[in-house]
Amino acid sequence: MKPSPLDRVLLLFTVIIAAYQVAVGIDGFDTLPIIAYTVGFGVLLVAVLLIFILGFDILDSPVVIIISTIIPLSLATGLAWQHLASYRTLYLLFAIGGFLAVTLTRSISAPGKLPIIILVLTHGIAGMTIFILPIILSIQGKAPPLFALVGIGGALIGVGGLLLSFLKTGRPILSRETILKVLPGLLLLTTACFAAGFKFG
Amino acid sequence: MSVVTAQSSIVNLKSKIRAYWSLTKPLQSGLLLATGLAGYMSARCPVFNIGAILGLAVSLFLAIAGSTVLNMWWDRDIDAKMGRTKKRATSSGVVDENEVLRVGLILSVIGVGWAVAMDALYGLIVFAGLFFDVVVYSIWLKRRTAWSIVWGGVSGAMPILAGRALGLGYIDWVGVTLALGVLFWIPTHTLTFSMKFAKDYEAACVPTFPSTYGLGVTRATIAISSVLAAAAMVVAGYGIGMAWGFLRLLGVLSAGLLILALVMTFRPSERVNFGLFKYASVYMLAAMILVVIEVM
Repeated sequence: MKPSPLDRVLLLFTVIIAAYQVAVGIDGFDTLPIIAYTVGFGVLLVAVLLIFILGFDILDSPVVIIISTIIPLSLATGLAWQHLASYRTLYLLFAIGGFLAVTLTRSISAPGKLPIIILVLTHGIAGMTIFILPIILSIQGKAPPLFALVGIGGALIGVGGLLLSFLKTGRPILSRETILKVLPGLLLLTTACFAAGFKFG
Repeated sequence: MSVVTAQSSIVNLKSKIRAYWSLTKPLQSGLLLATGLAGYMSARCPVFNIGAILGLAVSLFLAIAGSTVLNMWWDRDIDAKMGRTKKRATSSGVVDENEVLRVGLILSVIGVGWAVAMDALYGLIVFAGLFFDVVVYSIWLKRRTAWSIVWGGVSGAMPILAGRALGLGYIDWVGVTLALGVLFWIPTHTLTFSMKFAKDYEAACVPTFPSTYGLGVTRATIAISSVLAAAAMVVAGYGIGMAWGFLRLLGVLSAGLLILALVMTFRPSERVNFGLFKYASVYMLAAMILVVIEVM
């Protein structure tokens, strides 16, 4: 399925915002968060660019599950490194381990429900970190109120991930057409929330 | 002259202009022009010098368009044998072939002449690009060897080198590295194209990498040239003095190019082939935009 002209505009803006975030939006951070956010927004940028070029059919590729794990894991690692000083090493180990586990269970024929359990655990912890941490920090006054936008971005990317998962399992709660219709807007909103949250937060 | 005759003349003129415009391959020429402008701006010279920018843009575009028209003129017989190109104005007979030759020569002479008048070194490089493209690539090698694309690549690398040389007044290692970036990028673009239209080239008896060395070697060549193109662009970005943020972004875009090249090597498909072809164009345009934004 080819993106409509409106989809292309939304995807293009998503690419531009993600590019801004990689080039400018994370300047001044420590080395590891810069690497983590570069990976997260970089994967988002290239993925959206490929949807723009190749169309939505690219989402049918089995690699999408692995690629889509990188985004929340790297963003969550960056946030944890910046704001949860005592859990830095632990979180980094979780991110690396989670990514390897997802890749491994998706590459070999893992037994039973292990692949889905690994996927849910990895996405769940990373997603909750991105969603909850910025909101708590904002409420506690440890970060400016607008930093909560990063949490909203986390919630939105979680919704996007869920929709894509439903597509992959072949049991979507929304039709494929509806999911693909809302996806470009959702990606733009997510990326804009992240960028605004980091800029003003 | 009656109103009907006048209207008919206008329609004819319009269709002729449209035909010649398509013969200049506006997208390809535009992308090469963008590399020339980016090369000039990378020298961090006063970019708001309207005279110089306009002179560069017009002279370079005329020279590129002229060489493209001359190529089309020379290749009209093989273009007529290929499904992809048989509708071109030169091969379908929409325009007179002698007229095409004249237009190509006039555009080339004005473009190179203008370039020489602006700066001798700049003019020399623009002329070298035209010479490599028309004489070495098209006339001499295209029908003889699959390696002709190297010379096509050298020609395609000249606009960015010319632009930077115009800005600096001399050729430096950054300019050469930028040119290498374009040179190595071109196989990524043209070889994926030659795989997609392999039968067309075969029908026209034009040797290509897929027909001479097979798809495996062609894919490996694309992957290697992508690595070299990305490396050259990042090194050149560093040489220009790009901020770390812009280098990061260039690195991200380069990584996308490398991953696609690797996927095409190990899990080839028509879709990935097409994706790499398109992504390579977007990559080069984005790299040029980054160079321009960085220095503004």
